[in-house]
Amino acid sequence: MSHTPFILAAYAATAVVLLWAALSPVLQRRSFTKELKARKQHMDNKT
Amino acid sequence: MNPIVLFFHKTGSPPWFYRFSGKLIPWLWTICLLLTTVGLYLALFVSPPDYQQGESVRIMYLHVPAAWMSMMIYGFMAIMGFIALVWRIRIMEVLLISSAPVGAAFTLIALITGSLWGRPTWGTYWEWDARLTSELVLLFLYFGVMALYSAFDEPRKAARAASLLAIVGAVNLPIIHYSVEWWNTLHQGPSVTASGSSIHPSMLWPLLLMVGASKFYYGANLLSRARLRLFQQDRRKRWVQDVISKDQV
Repeated sequence: MSHTPFILAAYAATAVVLLWAALSPVLQRRSFTKELKARKQHMDNKT
Repeated sequence: MNPIVLFFHKTGSPPWFYRFSGKLIPWLWTICLLLTTVGLYLALFVSPPDYQQGESVRIMYLHVPAAWMSMMIYGFMAIMGFIALVWRIRIMEVLLISSAPVGAAFTLIALITGSLWGRPTWGTYWEWDARLTSELVLLFLYFGVMALYSAFDEPRKAARAASLLAIVGAVNLPIIHYSVEWWNTLHQGPSVTASGSSIHPSMLWPLLLMVGASKFYYGANLLSRARLRLFQQDRRKRWVQDVISKDQV
């Protein structure tokens, strides 16, 4: 039995899980900051 | 004041923690990337195949660090939960709940890579053996902590409930660790212990580098998540408004 497909699958799965775990807070921060900035600008325009 | 005590006092302040962790994160990612690059090179191109496992031993360079991290992070969560419950330190609550997704990610990797290693080596992807089952229970505990935290609207109440579950769930850690000794399992016993290692240096070094990389990954990811959570919780506070107006996000 060739071990290559199992090794490749293990490395690919690890990369996907770790990249997702690393990128999700970055993406969340980006959208949250954008939302806060938009809200602040809206409040500034009101006053 | 003693500098160490002073450091802990400062860490309790969200604005200080936000600034300090912001400076630390790029260094942690850099060290993590360096260790991963060298570790992967040695693991994939330099270390020899095992005389019994063959080439599938290369999965161990992912599986072992992930399995160790899955237990270490839960242990940290139990300690942080205890500190959060006894001393009511908010940063500890934030660190606890920010640790859970990273711990769950490592547990998932340990289960997936273990399963992919098991098929060519044991002839099966899964076996309801004590080590595998207790590691699966650990994944459910991580999910449980995250779900319990999300079930509350008030973050401090949520953190107290999650802290309790983290402390109670820590009983699973010695079960995972000693499962290979307490029960007759398919999973092999430990090859690296505090007293030494039975692994040849050509395989031990890439393994240790990957273990080191996983620790820096946890540090960087944990701080990124903790900063975001603090930022979200304090969005109406002055320091967050200052950070946004100065564009120091």
